[in-house]
Amino acid sequence: MTSVIDAAPARRAFRLTRLFQGLERVVVPGLLIAGWEAFARSGVLPPALLPAPSAVLHALGDWVFGFDETTQTYSGHWLRDAMASALRVFGGFALASLLGILAGVAIGWSRLFEKTLEPTLQMLRPIPPVSWIPLAIIWFGIADKPAIFLVFLGAFFPVLMNAIHGVKTVDHNLVRAGAMMGANQRQMLTDIVLPAALPSIFAGLRIAVGSAWMLTVTAEMVAVKSGLGYVLWDSYYFLRYDIVLAAMISIGLLGYLSDFGLKAVMARTLRWQQTTTVQGRAG
Amino acid sequence: MAAIELRNIVKVFSDKRRGRDLLTLDNIDLDIEANDFVCLLGPSGCGKSTLLNIIAGFEQATSGRTLVDGKQVERPGSDRGVVFQQPTLMPWLTAIDNIAFHLKLKGVGKAERYDRAMEFIDLVGLRGFEHHHPSELSGGMNQRVGIARALLMNPSVILMDEPFAALDAQTKLEMQEELVAIWQKRRCTIVFVTHSVDEALVLGNKIVVMTKRPGRIREAVNFGMPRPRDITSPEFNDAKRRILSLIREESTRLAQAS
Repeated sequence: MTSVIDAAPARRAFRLTRLFQGLERVVVPGLLIAGWEAFARSGVLPPALLPAPSAVLHALGDWVFGFDETTQTYSGHWLRDAMASALRVFGGFALASLLGILAGVAIGWSRLFEKTLEPTLQMLRPIPPVSWIPLAIIWFGIADKPAIFLVFLGAFFPVLMNAIHGVKTVDHNLVRAGAMMGANQRQMLTDIVLPAALPSIFAGLRIAVGSAWMLTVTAEMVAVKSGLGYVLWDSYYFLRYDIVLAAMISIGLLGYLSDFGLKAVMARTLRWQQTTTVQGRAG
Repeated sequence: MAAIELRNIVKVFSDKRRGRDLLTLDNIDLDIEANDFVCLLGPSGCGKSTLLNIIAGFEQATSGRTLVDGKQVERPGSDRGVVFQQPTLMPWLTAIDNIAFHLKLKGVGKAERYDRAMEFIDLVGLRGFEHHHPSELSGGMNQRVGIARALLMNPSVILMDEPFAALDAQTKLEMQEELVAIWQKRRCTIVFVTHSVDEALVLGNKIVVMTKRPGRIREAVNFGMPRPRDITSPEFNDAKRRILSLIREESTRLAQAS
């Protein structure tokens, strides 16, 4: 006996569910923005102190495309400012990733490095990166270098800690299996320990890229005369809160994009790992 | 010359936290002939896995000599294939890459690696799954990959540490049958650790019954029942009764001693 099932209604219901799931994500931000716009227009606070979302969007638009010079000297300069910040993030983050992974794997793998290197690094770790600003300025002056140095400090330790953890928690039996198949010490490191530690290393990189953005902006507020953080602080002096907010949004967006890119690289590299959430498998 | 010679193996673990030593293996003396299928049978904690790890070279005996093909065992090596209790595959490699991992370590090119690994994919019945990752395969399939990986090295002995313990009853039966078929086809020496009397009798042609802590050899029983073995036959049951009585004597002796 065969039974025929008409799949069309099910498919329609599925499409509706998908639509609803799309809406789900925008309900809370939509309500927040609408409330903010209404509150700003009500006149309880002067518009200079709390610009409406529409005003912020206007400022951001002019900053990016330069259509009516609302943002004065910044008009049309967004790309230049964003690139300045992004390059600092990239420089500091790349250096921190390289050294963090190297040092972390060395400490996790070898007792010698653990004994000689780790105590010093663990003592430096609790010092907040921003407290290095005075030294960074006298060492490197006012330019890219102090910012990259700060980004490096902020990004290095998350990478280091996660790399150490990743190497130390490699399944002991995988190492035994490697030895059984005749791996020498170098192969054990490159063919077994390193790939096994990759998920942990990527977790460190994702934390690090967030810290990198935070520290770029901090550095730009004090020690650099360009970039999104500089625009933010400069606009604050001129009481242009619409530009301050536009800068905050830009930083949030670029930070999100960096994490998104990193996640894409991670998904490709760690294809073998099944991504599951508590509620079920995700994509 | 036997394939594996164990001479007066003693293993003492020092329990540092409690400041005392634990005698795990007490004077083990055993010869395993080439092409034997030997089952080490004993209760949990009798040191049977420790003994296997000593042969594999993962652990060192406190005293005594371990010889494989007349050579002293000092470290793990590809002359002794190990199948672990858990599959212990590299999760980032596909089935075929896991099986051919030994060849990769030796620097063999990809085409030849895959070519040689396919033979073992077929042997363990995994054709069609060679490019799956361990996370996409069932426990039984992963254990097949583990067995193929050990066989590919063409080792003189294969050491198996309760490899089917985590499988469901039906898969376990299938795997046992297949393992016997592989052993008959390829003529290799297998040392198989188990705590199940039935499993030992289905698989082994020599069953080494071990005593509980400290691990000693109670008796090595030769069991030449023709294969395939019917586990409901009188012959099988007689053998089972004999093994069980050996184990029971041992428990009574322990009970009286305490």
